[in-house]
Amino acid sequence: MKTDIQSQIEADRSVGDFRYDVDYAYDAGVGLSEATIDYICDVKKDPDWVRAFRKEAYRKFLAMPMPTHWATKDLENIVFENIRYYLSQGQAPKRTWEEVPEDVKRTFERLGIPEQERKFLAGVEAQFDSEAAYSNIKAAVGEQGVIFVGSAEGLKDHPEIFKKWFGKVIPTGDNKFSALNSAVFSGGSFIYVPPGVKVSHPLQAYFRINAQNFGQFERTLIIADEGAEVTYMEGCTAPKFETATLHSAVVELVALKGAKIQYITVQNWSSNVFNLVTKRGLAHEDAEIKWIDCNIGSRLTMKYPGVIMKGRRARGEVVSIALAGDGQHQDTGAKMVHAADETTSNIISKSISLGTGRSTYRGMVHIPKHLKKCKNNTECDALLINAESRTDTYPAITVRGQGHSVQHEASVSQINAEQIFYMQQRGLSEAAAMSLAVNGFVNDLVQQFPMEYSVELKRLIDLEMEGSVG
Amino acid sequence: MSTLSICNLHASIGDKPILRGLTLEIPKGQVHAIMGKNGSGKSTLAKVMAGHPDYTVTSGDVLLDGESILAMEPDQRARLGLFLAFQYPMEIPGVTIANFIRAAVQSRLPQGEELEATDYYADLYSKMDALSIPRAFTSRSVNEGFSGGEKKRCEILQMAMLQPKYAVLDETDSGLDIDALKIVSSGVNALRSPEVGMLVITHYQRLLDYIIPDKVHVMAEGKIVLSGEKDLALKLESEGYDWVTAS
Repeated sequence: MKTDIQSQIEADRSVGDFRYDVDYAYDAGVGLSEATIDYICDVKKDPDWVRAFRKEAYRKFLAMPMPTHWATKDLENIVFENIRYYLSQGQAPKRTWEEVPEDVKRTFERLGIPEQERKFLAGVEAQFDSEAAYSNIKAAVGEQGVIFVGSAEGLKDHPEIFKKWFGKVIPTGDNKFSALNSAVFSGGSFIYVPPGVKVSHPLQAYFRINAQNFGQFERTLIIADEGAEVTYMEGCTAPKFETATLHSAVVELVALKGAKIQYITVQNWSSNVFNLVTKRGLAHEDAEIKWIDCNIGSRLTMKYPGVIMKGRRARGEVVSIALAGDGQHQDTGAKMVHAADETTSNIISKSISLGTGRSTYRGMVHIPKHLKKCKNNTECDALLINAESRTDTYPAITVRGQGHSVQHEASVSQINAEQIFYMQQRGLSEAAAMSLAVNGFVNDLVQQFPMEYSVELKRLIDLEMEGSVG
Repeated sequence: MSTLSICNLHASIGDKPILRGLTLEIPKGQVHAIMGKNGSGKSTLAKVMAGHPDYTVTSGDVLLDGESILAMEPDQRARLGLFLAFQYPMEIPGVTIANFIRAAVQSRLPQGEELEATDYYADLYSKMDALSIPRAFTSRSVNEGFSGGEKKRCEILQMAMLQPKYAVLDETDSGLDIDALKIVSSGVNALRSPEVGMLVITHYQRLLDYIIPDKVHVMAEGKIVLSGEKDLALKLESEGYDWVTAS
């Protein structure tokens, strides 16, 4: 075990931590003002309604305080004036990898994106700093009427669908960072799956930050029409910089009657990225939205994927794995808003804290008085590796009315020294034993990821554990 | 040189001495039994040999084929060929038996060499069959929800898969009914060979009806106080331990 972990280490350490120089044709400069927003609008040739939407969002962003009364003070270390809000080589993503400029293409090749696309994906979008460099969907999927384009193309080419849902699931002023995203958003995906269409393979987006002091603000909107099914996966990396980088996305999902959306994230940002993301889905009657969320990297992640169950028998689920390494804070959880009878939500969260890492679970479940027969199940398990590791759990479950079923379980455990000794006695190094135990802890959740991602996840966990002992 | 030698071993937990000058030599090809009352230090001996971090060796040595292992990490000792069948095997939630043993076998291969999955499973299944372990066990988490007998059979399965040079079996008979005892014993007997030395730690003579030892040692207050042939075990069974310590 040790040998195969170690042989992967050198390759793995460099998976995201590399950087090629790139010439940017468009650069909004440093800092944020109305002029920055005008620059972005001009470059992107935004319609007037988008420009107005951005400006309104900017005003809200300025007016809203940092949420430090409940969240970590580390947020105060984000210096908005030092961030670059828009950097790109151009606004039109390429449809073939051959057309993608060499300096950008080699980054994605090194990350294995074109290879994954050939192997198991129905479509790929690859975003490099502010804009997608590549976006393509397999012909057979496109012929079914599935739309998979960047958000800019979505708002221009499909305004009738885009405008109907954009900003409706997550209002601009939902929080300071959703307001910021709404002001400067660029990139992200727009997906529409027509009624009854079931996309058999996942669509994937890969988000890459390449520039220092940069803020990435992608905006994703996914609509599954009645009875449609789609799985979307996103991966994220950035090189390690001296200074902090900001990633602040907004992701809105709409599952119409009987539709199913599964949204999978494997976040492996470098350890200086502030990852402050708002993700929420709206599930209509008999629809199902499932967030599978894995947070391994970043300096601070704050992310609470949510589902508003608006129609009868709608289902919402959040399955989340967080690994807080030395100096990291994974502040994650879920929001489940029951807004119709017989709606069901399920939250399963597992976190691992090692070194000085801190993992926080924040869960909000809301079942109002007038509803009947709603169910929620919440399980959150935390594993602490070292003596200085930390975990906190803040569950907020509000249930009013009668006839609901709500269940909450939480546990905190430590890897037992006797377990490690037992595994070492079989020949495993201490690090390999730790890795195996941690992988065992999250195993039931990892199995819910597509195979390619679960293998990657296991390697990332091995890698983190390797550094945490001896 | 082909021996596991324990030389005048002293070890303590905290400031409490448990092993007080224990000397024992187990040549390859032989099975030695250690018997003794509860609290005589039998299980401590097993843990100290395996390198349990709670114990401190204050003097003496343990040599595996002439090489001192006391400065080694537990996993180094294991890879060198020392196996300990635990009295209380640990549960490892979420880690399947198949993956656990595979990781252990893999840890013994030279760097860069990958264990061939088909060979591994063929080997695993044949050894499971020999121990009457159902195939479905491979996908269960290590020791989680196992009965006492299942845990002990799983220990012997690991021993069979890892092919140690020296094996220490710590109270392997505890918690076993007679059928399980027979299965476990025949599993152990199948591993007896001129290439393996075994130390069987037990409280009861019963196990030694099935695993016939070459030598029997009696342990009291942290050292070997009497050694003899296999009939010594019978005498201990009928007469108890008091005559040994009294003499």
